Amino acid sequence: MTGEIASTTALPNPEREPKNYLNAAWTVRSWLLTVDHKRIGLLYLAGITFFFLLGGAAAGLFRLELMTPQSDLMESETYNKLFTLHGIIMIFFFLVPGIPGVLGNFLIPIMIGARDMAFPKLNLMSWYLFMIGGCFTLYVTVAGGVDTGWTFYTPYSSTYSNTYVMATAVGIFITGFSSILTGLNFIVTVHKMRCPGMTWFRLPLFVWANYATALIMVLGTPVLAITILLVALERGLKIGIFDPRLGGDPVLFQHLFWFYSHPAVYIMVLPAMGVISELVAAFSRNRIFGYKLVAFASLAIAVLGFLVWGHHMFVSGQSLYAGMVFSVLSMLIAIPSAIKVFNWTLTLWRGEVTFSTPMLYSIGFLGLFTIGGLTGLFLATLGIDVHVHDTYFVVAHFHYVMVGGTVMAYLGGIHYWWPKMTGRMYPEGWARFSAVLVFVGFNLTFFPQFILGYLGMPRRYHVYDEGFQVLNVMSTAGASILGIAYLFPITYLIWSLKYGPKAPANPWNAVGLEWMTSSPPPTENFTETPVVDFEAYEYHRNAADSHG
Amino acid sequence: MSTTATLPTHTAKKTPVVAHHFDDWTQQYDACVLGMWTFLVTEVMFFGGAIAVYMIYRWQYPMAFAYASQELSAPLGTFNTFILLTSSLTVALGVRYAHTGESRKVGWMLISTIVLGAIFLGIKAYEYYTKFEHNLAPLLNLPFDYAGPDPGPTKIFFGLYFGMTGIHALHMIIGVVLMALYIPAAFRNEYRDGNSLGIEIIGLYWHFVDLVWIFLFPLLYLVDRSLAAPM
Repeated sequence: MTGEIASTTALPNPEREPKNYLNAAWTVRSWLLTVDHKRIGLLYLAGITFFFLLGGAAAGLFRLELMTPQSDLMESETYNKLFTLHGIIMIFFFLVPGIPGVLGNFLIPIMIGARDMAFPKLNLMSWYLFMIGGCFTLYVTVAGGVDTGWTFYTPYSSTYSNTYVMATAVGIFITGFSSILTGLNFIVTVHKMRCPGMTWFRLPLFVWANYATALIMVLGTPVLAITILLVALERGLKIGIFDPRLGGDPVLFQHLFWFYSHPAVYIMVLPAMGVISELVAAFSRNRIFGYKLVAFASLAIAVLGFLVWGHHMFVSGQSLYAGMVFSVLSMLIAIPSAIKVFNWTLTLWRGEVTFSTPMLYSIGFLGLFTIGGLTGLFLATLGIDVHVHDTYFVVAHFHYVMVGGTVMAYLGGIHYWWPKMTGRMYPEGWARFSAVLVFVGFNLTFFPQFILGYLGMPRRYHVYDEGFQVLNVMSTAGASILGIAYLFPITYLIWSLKYGPKAPANPWNAVGLEWMTSSPPPTENFTETPVVDFEAYEYHRNAADSHG
Repeated sequence: MSTTATLPTHTAKKTPVVAHHFDDWTQQYDACVLGMWTFLVTEVMFFGGAIAVYMIYRWQYPMAFAYASQELSAPLGTFNTFILLTSSLTVALGVRYAHTGESRKVGWMLISTIVLGAIFLGIKAYEYYTKFEHNLAPLLNLPFDYAGPDPGPTKIFFGLYFGMTGIHALHMIIGVVLMALYIPAAFRNEYRDGNSLGIEIIGLYWHFVDLVWIFLFPLLYLVDRSLAAPM
């Protein structure tokens, strides 16, 4: 039967759309066994959206509990499991694979003029590993949860917790390999698959950002893998590696864990920065100010990111001198981050700025990421960190960077490239409304948490002092708005698949190889291999030509 | 890396089939070799994490680690090092024969490597067995009889010993299986055209596994053999 459908679509019927990667084949098999990077990107989109909703639902539940100072919806145990679930899902199954998995997979080969990733089968395997890891997490969720927090600190995780630590660890271990293989694929693809004329400094900054991300994935994730393996050996085989009863050192676990998990926050935010570079350039019709600085800032963040992990352990019994060194190094990382923010802002200057939906998300990103980044400096300061450590101040800081930064950029990027990915336009009015709603809901959720943290409300408790209630109610109200605001794009984007107007090849009048092929692109991306004789973001090329 | 990433054109007699997304064979070859080296970097970080843990504990408990190390058999460890280095030679010869298009010899070299790998694993299994017999395996709450000082850190030493050599052995088993998969092709004379890519990739992997052992052997077996026995 499927053969019949395939043969009818192959008929040279002028009424039908031209062949593209979506209508090339219709079978389930053609999706689940695809090696097309664009289809794999959409597979990631499906998986990631599912996990985002699941992680969001967990957050919604515990935000509801936090509306009142006493325990009414759930007990401490349930609460612990919910915030652990939220953390694990959002970090390992949304933020880390999100932008690289969906947008990176879809765009990198097109942006560099290649027909596919260097290793298409490995790419598919990455998605399967991601989903298998996800299944372990789903199993844990259904079976009864895990309560260690996403940080798995020993000896609680290795000895005392009676929850499903092993299954969670296995899930994250497997997903880690997905991340490693994605990073490996990106590195080799960017090195070896660029089309003629696509030099390193003609690469879109999205590619630079993902390349830097891939370096962290490849260098950091294996350390997480061995750390999780050691915890699993300790738990499963009763080998005492971090066991204080034998003279083992639980703080050593924290060192190893943060050696990955701090760079991992740059895995989460660097691709977002790459998206923002594309959006800001496209909607201010300007070349990115200081292109090379932004490109090198990505690499600088990747390198420096490996040298700051100790700032998570200022109060863990780390030596004061180590603390001072980590404090200074942590502040250094603000420099490349600030370079990026300044350069995006300067790109707006004298640009023809239009406030389409992707641009609204970008502007939101700039403000929220700046707040998130600056509060990171507070936390890098030893004395202040002692005061606000493990309070809601940290929670707010982290969410300003991750939700205000990465999620905003992810949504902006999805809107920007949606016409390219699906061949359909989304409804602009609804999209702008949702973007504003996300911004409002986000700030109402997390700004009160800065104040809560500064006033001393500790994180990870569901019962709190009555004086904190007003701010907590505000936060919960904001979370409700944010939750609804996220449902809008999911709804109208799916709606647009059938009812949205057909997208032209270049709806934004943007530059870049991805806009020079049809929407959606053919399976091989370009009808013939492009030859690049232009710089990235040449928005004034034609103007310059006419003047010259 | 640049030397390994060049195509040995002098020996390539016929260009192999190029996958659809590559422009030519050189691009495919370079991509695959770079991919393998990148993978090996991740392996360095993986074992590096375990070695870092070992180093920190050895620095904290130098005497306990020195005495615990004496419980391992240096002669067996040395013999195994010799076996594994020899297997590196056979796999290197396999790569060479793949370059020169002597496909059957590639097959025999793979078989030799597998046999040497199996000998290594056999000896390793025997060493594990003796540790279990002497109650020096701190796994699964088994009895742990150790008369020397600091039984706690000694347990950590043996935990790391089993963990690190176990992960290494697992890598060897994977390597042996992968090589076994290449043997039929070798005896079907598929490497007669100097299409050495697959053999080179597996060769890189095997050399890496060897190299890990070159680190593990002195770290675990040769801490301080001149120390007098603790009791």
